[in-house]
Amino acid sequence: MGLPPSSSPTGLRRAASQSSSDNKVTVHFVNRDGEKITAKGSPGDSLLDLVINEDLDFDGFGACEGTLACSTCHLVFSEEVYEKLGPVTDEEMDMLDLAYGLTDTSRLGCQVCLTRALEGMEARVPESVADIRQTQDITMGMTMK
Amino acid sequence: LRVEWRRSRSEVEGWIWGRRSASSAAHQKVCVVGGGPAGFYTAQHLLKDVQVDIYERLPVPFGLVRFGVAPDHPEVKNVISTFTQTAHHARCCYYGNVNVGTDVSVEELREAYHAVVLSYGAEGNRSMGVPGEDLEGVYPAKDFVGWYNGLPSNRELNPGLDCETAVILGQGNVALDVARILLSPIDELKKTDITQRSLDALAQSQVRRVLIVGRRGPLQIAGTIKELREMVNLPDTKPEMVASEFEGMAEALKVIPRPRKRLTELMLKTAVDPPAEKERQRRQAASRSWGLRFLRSPLEVLAGPDGARVAGIRLAVNRLEGTGDGSVAVPTGEVETMDCGLVITSIGYKSLPIDPAVPFDPRKAIVPNSLGRVQQAAGLYCSGWLKTGPVGVIATTMNNSFDTAHSVVEDLTSGCLDATSAKPGSTGIGPLLDKRGVKPVSFSDWEKINQEERRRGAAQGKPREKLLDVEEMLKTVPLLGRGFLM
Repeated sequence: MGLPPSSSPTGLRRAASQSSSDNKVTVHFVNRDGEKITAKGSPGDSLLDLVINEDLDFDGFGACEGTLACSTCHLVFSEEVYEKLGPVTDEEMDMLDLAYGLTDTSRLGCQVCLTRALEGMEARVPESVADIRQTQDITMGMTMK
Repeated sequence: LRVEWRRSRSEVEGWIWGRRSASSAAHQKVCVVGGGPAGFYTAQHLLKDVQVDIYERLPVPFGLVRFGVAPDHPEVKNVISTFTQTAHHARCCYYGNVNVGTDVSVEELREAYHAVVLSYGAEGNRSMGVPGEDLEGVYPAKDFVGWYNGLPSNRELNPGLDCETAVILGQGNVALDVARILLSPIDELKKTDITQRSLDALAQSQVRRVLIVGRRGPLQIAGTIKELREMVNLPDTKPEMVASEFEGMAEALKVIPRPRKRLTELMLKTAVDPPAEKERQRRQAASRSWGLRFLRSPLEVLAGPDGARVAGIRLAVNRLEGTGDGSVAVPTGEVETMDCGLVITSIGYKSLPIDPAVPFDPRKAIVPNSLGRVQQAAGLYCSGWLKTGPVGVIATTMNNSFDTAHSVVEDLTSGCLDATSAKPGSTGIGPLLDKRGVKPVSFSDWEKINQEERRRGAAQGKPREKLLDVEEMLKTVPLLGRGFLM
């Protein structure tokens, strides 16, 4: 966060390491309990980076640490926001296909990077399992990868 | 791109103080049997509230993340950093080299702890149940995978790789992993943590052709698209499919969910579409091949002239009754033979009972439970594959383990479990093990083994060179068996 201009004679010049709040992008996460959690990230940060940097407590989120080897950073967006998120690679799609509760406006958080155009966007963290009695795999029978 | 993993601040606070008061949290003791992903994820969740001790049969932790995940899938193993942080938690203790069932009984654990969670997974194999299954050259996929991943009990597998064709029964991700490891260029494998022994054996391998055979049709394969794509893109290999096996698929594509659709499209493209010129040339130059074969069930493994080694496999030809996931393979009466010198059965892992005091369903090969609570056994729980059967990826196990942990905490809080009387925990178990000559390996002992493996690997340009021998692992630890650290 930057210094308020009145407290600094050099208010317009900021140290490279300090990001001005102008440069941040606000994201509203909706967690599995339906609570809204607002966080700010820098353009270029992925949504997974944001969750980690802001210590957001989503159980089991980002298990593979952003390497496209799991689907635990699955997020759901509105159609409007989804259109702005850019193209999806086959590699992301392949892992996204394994996500529980996959929708047409789902993405993996580790692959979505913030831009100014996404200011104020909402991202919903979907349930990871609907009913723990559903022990059979639903869309694909899977064994250890 | 790897993301720097940082401990969540609220998690750290949660760990130090617990969700409830520190004194009551320290008072309640739970033990987890099995140090694989189920055990660690269960512990991770429990640690918010209670003290957790993890018992693991091998000196080294991490179960199938270490011994099941393919060597060329290192990112999947990133979960190990989370497990490591769990092990370092002030309220968590890891005890490796302790065999529950023989070194200590589940009953003894139940006396020492407020709750016991069984997370020991599936160490057995489903067998085909056909004649010839015991011939030389027939291996369960779990053992073959264990061999190339350095599981001590599979160290002497020495699979014969001096034949041209290998047949894999089963079309799940384990089958695809095995096919990929059998056909991958050695130059790729040698950069991974595959064991040196198996690397040397694969470098001499004469296997050039791998057929991956399933009971049902293309729409029922259990493998997933990432693994199939790896086969399609595998250097120096070409697909060898039977186009007629894919008749009618294009129609079916119209009505299926996206994940199955994309997978089927990839298969169709590979099997049926004429390749672009560059791909055509690539295939022509390839020295190895792989293919999927459908609607075939094993009837008998056939021996060669010596009567001892596999030379072929007789298969029943099936047709499908019903559609989609629920369809069933029905024999037509037709029979076929495939020549091969190596058969790998990848038809499922299977849990085994480790202690007569634990209820076990032999038909489903799981511990009967409801939401992780073992039926008719208060204070006994299960998580991971032991709870649900051997299906699902790490994330599936993670959710399943969190759910069991939730059941445990619920029962401790509600008074359903008597958590008011003090229990000795490891102070009760330690003397028993000591008397029996068992030397537990601590997590920091594992870290020394880890360091040694990484050191040996660095010399070969590999992330690690795994120790293959329990004795060697124990020798790596100075002052082993100092007794339990409280």
